Amino acid sequence: MDPVLYGYMLYGISLLTVGGMYAILALGLNVQWGFTGLFNAGIAGFFGIGAYTAAILTTNPHASHVGGLQMPYIVSAITAMLVAGIIAFLVGKVCLKLRSDYLAIATIGIAEIFRLIVNNETWATNGPRGISQIPRPFEGLPEPINQVAFLGVVLLTLAGVYWLMEIARKSPWGRVMTAIRDNETSAKAAGKNVETFRMEGFVIGCMIMALAGALMAHYLKFVNPQTTDPLLATFIVFVMLVIGGSANNKGAILGAFLVWTLWSASEIVAPRLLEAIGMTDAGIRSAYVRIFLIGLLLQIFLQKNPQGLLPETRPSSPGKNGS
Amino acid sequence: MLSVEKLSKSFGGLQAVRDCTFKIEEGSITGLIGPNGAGKTTTFNMIAGEMEPTAGKIVFQGQNIAGLPTHKMFHLGIVRTFQIPHEFAKMTVLENLMVVPAAQPGEHIFNNWLNPGAVRTREDQVRQMAEDALDFLSISHLRDERAGNLSGGQKKLLELGRTMMTDAKLVLLDEPGAGVNPTLLLKIREMITRLREERGYTFCVIEHDMDLIAALCDPIIVLAEGTVLMQGTMEEVRSNPDVLDAYLGGGEEAA
Repeated sequence: MDPVLYGYMLYGISLLTVGGMYAILALGLNVQWGFTGLFNAGIAGFFGIGAYTAAILTTNPHASHVGGLQMPYIVSAITAMLVAGIIAFLVGKVCLKLRSDYLAIATIGIAEIFRLIVNNETWATNGPRGISQIPRPFEGLPEPINQVAFLGVVLLTLAGVYWLMEIARKSPWGRVMTAIRDNETSAKAAGKNVETFRMEGFVIGCMIMALAGALMAHYLKFVNPQTTDPLLATFIVFVMLVIGGSANNKGAILGAFLVWTLWSASEIVAPRLLEAIGMTDAGIRSAYVRIFLIGLLLQIFLQKNPQGLLPETRPSSPGKNGS
Repeated sequence: MLSVEKLSKSFGGLQAVRDCTFKIEEGSITGLIGPNGAGKTTTFNMIAGEMEPTAGKIVFQGQNIAGLPTHKMFHLGIVRTFQIPHEFAKMTVLENLMVVPAAQPGEHIFNNWLNPGAVRTREDQVRQMAEDALDFLSISHLRDERAGNLSGGQKKLLELGRTMMTDAKLVLLDEPGAGVNPTLLLKIREMITRLREERGYTFCVIEHDMDLIAALCDPIIVLAEGTVLMQGTMEEVRSNPDVLDAYLGGGEEAA
């Protein structure tokens, strides 16, 4: 195969793989923010919990970090979700009584605490140097089969999460979640235990985020505190969900792939753009220009489409008016 | 059915309700009237569990329920509507009703994945109930409209519709007639009477429209400055000079 074309193909595969993991993250956030209006600004923390749990459980034993238990992928993925679920439950016990903006502050705090722990508890996590040599499914196969196979794992997981969340959205459970988002007082007056439902949404969302984190650890084969960088694991996920369409699972997925493609392309485009206008140190400056561009994109886009690309739809109800 | 004993509520220095004592008899449509700031809605909020009383008891069917949270009151059979409609704006009119009933297996998320059959069966029942309520309210044509797009009067009907989706024993209506045109008001009046007859609901109604109160309510409880001024029939209320005083301000500026 033509090497240039082959390069493009590998780039495409990586774009879809990472995009798919972001789509899972966006689906997790959609349960919280889209369905029931919980402002979780600590996505990075739960993503990181998933990534580190998978790393510790599946690597070979190594002196630089705890674990190295060589567990099967499925066990580590489920454990990552359970750990995140338990932590989310404890965080939720404390934070979910707070009003939305305070919940955002509290969850940012939790994510930062997690980042500081993995950064400083070197005995357990190898600190800033991170955990490396994390195994990846199918890595023994020849390239590019191994990459395609891992992409398959990601897309299948995404499809599974989408399917479960789509059932949840259309269900009476999803209906109560939306009711709480639209009018909490009235949901209480309709006999709904708002705190319990919020907790369920929060825990389920965080478990999905941890699943994405576990996949990311296997894909990168390496985790360090940078993995939980709020820009790439919290902020951009909100951009994805809001651009795609809050409360719409298809929108969350579309937004994730779209924004990830743009973000990824901006890595190539931004420095060239800066060079073209004669700026010095284009390489260094472009890192910041990219963040500026993604913010600008969000601004322009929201002016035109405040509801996102795919606005919220209500599940159709069969009956005499048809639908 | 419900008796309120020496109920009080203070907000800082302001005593909104003080030593309020009255009874709501089973099967009655009890009116709760009084000038603005008399403590009517605060009393409702305490009965419905939205606010915790500072002091006093609320005894419902022999049980002191003061201080229980709203969702527990609902399951005991106390259901309320709001003065300002509290619709679920982005949900359809049908969904606004379907969300209300208790005992929906689909509200437990795992049932939706693991036991969809049971969820569907109950869902069909709930949908039928909601369709019937919409028919009763003559707003079937709005079934798939987002509730946020309804007119003020239609939202009032939807508020009432939600009470029909429950096994309520006591329904607290907070100004069901406010901002509603006369034709719709007649409709609401007819509905309340029908619900009492067909479903055996007991009502307690806060209202400023004295025609509606006169047509529906017996007895009528008059609140003023957070306490019960009197209780009686419309004639008794009309002929009581204290009531007029309370409404016109009794020496103070009328609110």
